[in-house]
Amino acid sequence: MNILVCISSVPDTTSPINFTDNNQSFDKNGITFIINPYDEFCLTKAIFIKENKSATITVLNVGKNTNDSVLRKALAIGADNAVRINQEAENSKIVAKCIVEYCQDKNFDIIFCGRESIDYNGGKVPGFIAEKLNLPFINGCVGMDIKNETMELKREIDNGHEICESAFPAVIAGQKGLVEEKDLRIPSMRGIMSARTKSLEVIESTINIENNIKVIHYEKPIQRSECKMINEDNVEELVDLLNNEAKVI
Amino acid sequence: MSVLAIIENWEGEFKKTSFEVLHYGKRISNEIGQELIALTFGANNPERLEGYGASRIINVSNLKFETTTNNNLAKISAELITENEASHIVISNTITGKTIAPLLTSNLNCGLISNAIEHPKTHTPLTVKCKGFSSKAHITYESENQQNIISIVPNSIGLIEKNDEKSEVLNINQKSNLTNEKMKILHREKSNEKISLADAEIVISAGRGLKDPENWGMIEELAELLNAGTACSKPVSDMGWRPHSEHVGQTGLAINPDLYIAIGISGAIQHLAGVNSSKNIVVINTDPEAPFFKAANYGIVGDAFVVVPKLIAALKNFKN
Ligand SMILES: Cc1cc2nc3c(=O)[nH]c(=O)nc-3n(C[C@H](O)[C@H](O)[C@H](O)COP(=O)(O)OP(=O)(O)OC[C@H]3O[C@@H](n4cnc5c(N)ncnc54)[C@H](O)[C@@H]3O)c2cc1C
Ligand SMILES: Nc1ncnc2c1ncn2[C@@H]1O[C@H](COP(=O)(O)O)[C@@H](O)[C@H]1O
Repeated sequence: MNILVCISSVPDTTSPINFTDNNQSFDKNGITFIINPYDEFCLTKAIFIKENKSATITVLNVGKNTNDSVLRKALAIGADNAVRINQEAENSKIVAKCIVEYCQDKNFDIIFCGRESIDYNGGKVPGFIAEKLNLPFINGCVGMDIKNETMELKREIDNGHEICESAFPAVIAGQKGLVEEKDLRIPSMRGIMSARTKSLEVIESTINIENNIKVIHYEKPIQRSECKMINEDNVEELVDLLNNEAKVI
Repeated sequence: MSVLAIIENWEGEFKKTSFEVLHYGKRISNEIGQELIALTFGANNPERLEGYGASRIINVSNLKFETTTNNNLAKISAELITENEASHIVISNTITGKTIAPLLTSNLNCGLISNAIEHPKTHTPLTVKCKGFSSKAHITYESENQQNIISIVPNSIGLIEKNDEKSEVLNINQKSNLTNEKMKILHREKSNEKISLADAEIVISAGRGLKDPENWGMIEELAELLNAGTACSKPVSDMGWRPHSEHVGQTGLAINPDLYIAIGISGAIQHLAGVNSSKNIVVINTDPEAPFFKAANYGIVGDAFVVVPKLIAALKNFKN
């Protein structure tokens, strides 16, 4: 099995989010970048597949060399090789184009992506690449069972779950459930050492850049006004406030 | 030219988000002076979409959302969009919407603005305010594309107006050839929750403070009383106390109900990320220093096992 896991590098979940340049840029100062949590579930699933059946796992990032540390971490967790397409990830179309181009001659059986990146929450890249490569797209995947010629997939839908069957190759946008939280692996000392000997290939991007969707302004949501405290012996007051003030019940 | 709204339905029936999409499309259609077309699949009563501003309602009656793959829904939608020369396509950020939108975008080679929380600010160029950084920021995007898809966050658009204008309702059969499928839907398991979390107007959520999965009875009772959905913090679903589908937060579902009641949840930044765009937040926690109080509208410092039963009693009283 030849597996690709697309990795985006995102601000650590505890990062304070700030803006510079007159609120036109995201302030990366002091931010620690991590593997997008959804991608980590996918990577772990890929490792499970490898341990059960044998597979080669490639991790791929589209970005600048500041992202090498997340790729190194993915190698330490268990990916076999890493590729970075040296291209500023200005928007999802550019990222998808680079990934599509990379995939053309690689014969991947499974292309894993996370459901969305936790920074821009676009959830666009996996759908873009599925359509361009004309592959089945399983979004919000929470379970996967590989049969001989096909795989059975479980995906989250608005009011439950859907079970579907897909041929290989397919684009799978995964999340927790694909593996459990407890299955996630912390890189061992051995993993970190062996990651140093694994290859991290850097490819120059050859795509034409079109940037026709751009951010023009960032802002923080308006803060809530002071919290009204209600005595625990007076829950009737809460009911009254929810009814008359908030008008939600 | 036209504005086209893709209207989802669930087993043929429309929900609030269906009408939100139409309402959003209507505003654009007024502003740019183009007709609004509603597109749906397998609706039981497509006429129910009348009165929300669409001059035409196209119902692809031989296909259903439940049994057609997202790849195919996108393919057929793309054909109808092209046929109707739609410059603006509006869709809801439900799971189906989130899946179809990028497929469609790539197929049509148009622009995609996702997570919109407001009507467009301008049309040439198109600028729209959206949610980002897991609700820690709002981002305004500008698109220079001639054709754009806008996906809107459910429950963020506000009042929906209805009038008694009639629409032309067209029930059509899809013609394109969908054979040679590489993927098929085997079946669907509906969750037994009565209210789906994604579109609940009220959500009751509980965390590790409840100490044991056995203690969720009062949460469910409260939810039932308020016609609410139920949610939980991440550790609660990681420990298997509650299903994954209830996990809200930065790495779970992001929701924005009118009312979110958080019981025994500390209010970690990753939890807040998924819920802080709720319109009203009530926090019940034993610890007066719990960070969640800083993000709440109403707070009660107290033991959930005492406060929640009292709240249930008070609500029962209120309902009578
Ligand atoms: C990468 C990453 C991603 C994450 N993503 C998410 C996410 O998406 N969603 C999420 O929720 N978390 C997420 N977390 C975890 C998050 O940091 C917190 O650990 C988690 O939200 C805490 O859950 P909790 O509030 O239920 O538990 P705790 O932090 O243990 O809080 C329990 C609270 O209950 C109160 N309490 C105790 N007893 C009672 C009682 N009898 N009555 C009332 N109150 C009581 C306590 O005072 C305390 O405030 C993530 C963490 C990481 C590292
Ligand atoms: N710059 C990137 N490089 C590689 N993969 C990416 C990149 N950006 C996004 N992805 C993949 O696409 C998924 C969804 O991201 P997004 O569409 O940005 O929300 C992520 O979870 C990754 O798997």
